[in-house]
Amino acid sequence: MKKEEVPQDKGNLSKKNMKELVYATDEKGNYTTALSTGWEPKTIALSNSIEEVNERIAIAKEQVKNNEVSPICYYMELHKMDIAILSSYVGIWQWRVKRHFKPKVFTGLSDKILQKYAETFAISITELRNFKTD
Amino acid sequence: METNFTHHQSAHCENGVASNLLKHNGLNISEPMVFGIGSGLFFVYLPFIKINYAPATSYRPMPGQIFGKLAKRLGLKIKRQKFSNIANAIKALDENLKNNIPTGLQVGVYNLTYFPDEYRFHFNAHNLVVYGKTETDYLISDPVMETVTILTHEELNKVRFAKGAFAPRGQMYYPIQIPATVDLKSAIIKGIKNTCRDMLAPIPIIGFRGIKMVARQIRKWPIKHGTQKANHYLAQMVRMQEEIGTGGGGFRFIYAAFLQEASVVLENEKLKELSLEMTAIGDLWRDFAVEASRIYKNRSTQVDVYNTIADQLLNIANKEEEFFKKLKLTIK
Repeated sequence: MKKEEVPQDKGNLSKKNMKELVYATDEKGNYTTALSTGWEPKTIALSNSIEEVNERIAIAKEQVKNNEVSPICYYMELHKMDIAILSSYVGIWQWRVKRHFKPKVFTGLSDKILQKYAETFAISITELRNFKTD
Repeated sequence: METNFTHHQSAHCENGVASNLLKHNGLNISEPMVFGIGSGLFFVYLPFIKINYAPATSYRPMPGQIFGKLAKRLGLKIKRQKFSNIANAIKALDENLKNNIPTGLQVGVYNLTYFPDEYRFHFNAHNLVVYGKTETDYLISDPVMETVTILTHEELNKVRFAKGAFAPRGQMYYPIQIPATVDLKSAIIKGIKNTCRDMLAPIPIIGFRGIKMVARQIRKWPIKHGTQKANHYLAQMVRMQEEIGTGGGGFRFIYAAFLQEASVVLENEKLKELSLEMTAIGDLWRDFAVEASRIYKNRSTQVDVYNTIADQLLNIANKEEEFFKKLKLTIK
């Protein structure tokens, strides 16, 4: 890539005024570094997966509303986690985490266990218990 | 407490931390040199591991390996510590800062508050340097950022003890011994040989064979999984490839810069020619990303889009095979 070809597209980095460093060649073909504000193919790839995450969050929210899953599932999606990651954060086996997704099991959970989830999601136990279905 | 550490921005975090820490300790070594000697160029396709619900492709070796190999080849001693207990991890880091030692850390990206939200996902193999501490904050030199930044004590503890795959477990590292003279020539040769071995490995999921395998799979994705999933897989691949210095085109350019530097050190003109060739391959990777992004944005007008980009990828794999065979002969 030549230095003049370093992409300067508006993207997720430019919002925070961040620039990334890339290696490119100068007029004589020698390597040098340049700053790039972003590149469209990357921005599209990233927005693509963000859309997917948002979709998952929306679905989970709907499911909590319909009492199909517990709020734990919604917060897991909200924090871009999957069961494996959540399990390692709370220190509870995956099969138990999966079980806690059932609304019936969730209502019977002790404060001690709920505290682990609440801490991971940086909310209070009350917030976790009383999920707002606005 | 503050150590007089100089921040240099880099394209990739692990190279950057290594290069910055060594520069601080009086060994002037560039990012491409670190990348080349540490054999940072790699490719592996792991269809049985799913990341973000898509098959994993990695364009880099395991976290920590670049610095580890670099240290071995240059005869440096690096101290690495992991902790099971947060209090001990904090104590060890603070102790280092008190002794004027800027310290490298492996951290999770999700709670790095200075990153844009879009970049904050659960990825645990990021690297940064802590060079000081105030009453409320740690002073951070993150090599992918233009300037230095800060994290509160609590934030730093969170990223050091991020969970999930490659959990950093508070890992910190810093050079403890650097020889007065280093044998750059033999280190470069070892680094190049290692990369050639990796990229030409007779294993179907690694190196150029791995790239060929992905090309074959891409043809099947839309038939096997439908276009929506196929598009998601492609988008994930491009993200792994081009996201903040973790991949395809970007890595090829760093490697080309390394070969250029190496040609001067080894007084080998052939390496300079190969550097040009690597640059051309890097450009091909970028073209691939552009085409792929058109597909998952549904803007491509071609009928047989998946086969077209599979062909593109196959072409890259063939070029890389040819390239590394030549490189291997050149440094014999």
